[in-house]
Amino acid sequence: MDDDRLTGACRPIRSEERIVRQGSDRNGRTKAVASLFLLCPFLVSCSGIQSALDPAGREAADVATLFFTMLLGGAIIWAGVVGLLFYAARKRRVHSEKNAGRLILWGGAVFPSVVLLALLSYAAWLMPNVRPWFQGADGGMRRIEVTGEQFWWRVRYLDAGGAVAFETANEVRVPVGERVVFSLKSPDVIHSFWIPVLGGKMDMIPGRENRLTLQAEKPGTYRGVCAEFCGTSHALMAFTVHAMQPQDYEAWLLARRASSGVQDAEGLALFLKHGCAACHTVAGTEAQGKIGPDLTAFGERGSAGAGTLANEVEHVARFLRDPGRIKPGAKMPHFTMLPEAETDRIAAYLTGLK
Amino acid sequence: MKSFIPREVETLWTLFTAPVVWALHFAACYATVAVFCAKRLPASFSFDSVRIVLFVVTLMALGVIVFAAWLAWRQWGFGDDDPPHNEPTRDSRLLFQGFATLLLSGLSFLAVVYAAVPLMFIAECQP
Repeated sequence: MDDDRLTGACRPIRSEERIVRQGSDRNGRTKAVASLFLLCPFLVSCSGIQSALDPAGREAADVATLFFTMLLGGAIIWAGVVGLLFYAARKRRVHSEKNAGRLILWGGAVFPSVVLLALLSYAAWLMPNVRPWFQGADGGMRRIEVTGEQFWWRVRYLDAGGAVAFETANEVRVPVGERVVFSLKSPDVIHSFWIPVLGGKMDMIPGRENRLTLQAEKPGTYRGVCAEFCGTSHALMAFTVHAMQPQDYEAWLLARRASSGVQDAEGLALFLKHGCAACHTVAGTEAQGKIGPDLTAFGERGSAGAGTLANEVEHVARFLRDPGRIKPGAKMPHFTMLPEAETDRIAAYLTGLK
Repeated sequence: MKSFIPREVETLWTLFTAPVVWALHFAACYATVAVFCAKRLPASFSFDSVRIVLFVVTLMALGVIVFAAWLAWRQWGFGDDDPPHNEPTRDSRLLFQGFATLLLSGLSFLAVVYAAVPLMFIAECQP
């Protein structure tokens, strides 16, 4: 017997029942609209400087294609299963046991096996593209060495011979249209180097050097993150990625190699007096410390504290006074004993470094 | 003609044949590729050779599983009787065991095929 509620027009509906049903229809529409709104935050994350679904590199584009293929496949199967569920719940037709057995065999065993085999084959086929390997990665390609530290990134640009041309921190610059090899290292714990818009992530393991090649296709400023829990400030360990036109990139490399900048004498004096140079380097000065991030051209960076704060005097001064409050577990000691005027002065000096 | 293999096997061990082959095949694939990539021995032995060797191993594993499935099918009486075989009798128990073994063999066959799929696509070892 068919359920009358499905074909309501065939039978007069009692008024109270109608009211209840209209109410539930309106309720249903409100719910649908509400769930669309709930989806918004998820859809927002489909684009932006840190979204794997808004690719700017070939590998990331492959990952995005794989994601959308799987999503579409999953959605079709989900719709089919829900359709069957409704069919089973609403149509009370009697099926023979033989047909039911056949449905279980084909729909429950053969179909999922074949679909899974197809999806697995597609994903496995895509894998070499997502993590390509090039002969030149051993030499001949442009190399950047990135070391994950608690909780910042040491970035060294290597010359053709493999020697360090210069060092910087929390910022990676790559030329557009050229494949770059990242040598990934770690001195302390396992970190993971991930620039979602350019490609997949790769772990940085103490005692090992992992290599990842990436190629940016679109110029722009992106964000990279640490993708492996590495301590209390793991979430505050990000970096900026600039994908630059090749000629701009070469110009930047040349300028950065020669960088000593115009030094603000008073700020530098305070910087040296309070011992910052024990850990930090500022090219062209006596400050040649290697423990903490290199601060040469610090003012050019998009952020302070490895993607944690805006690179402005006020924030940098706050960081200098008590790094542990902003980044729990950071190894830099606090400088609350210094007069605020002096930490402000040092912060102004740093943000002025170009 | 008297069958070489007894028609009825009153042991639970036959039930595990196919899953054990699956486990061995899985371990063989992963260990071989991992050791080959870590040791890089010897230079004349290319990754394609590893691929071919493991392809043969896969075919052998599938063969054993199909054989186990055939034995189970026979024990199940080639589907003469429908499940569930839940009578407290020896016959019912044997049929149940045969049917369960047949299903497990199917699962193991699929698992071996799935484990072998990446072998076709892995490019080579990365240093």
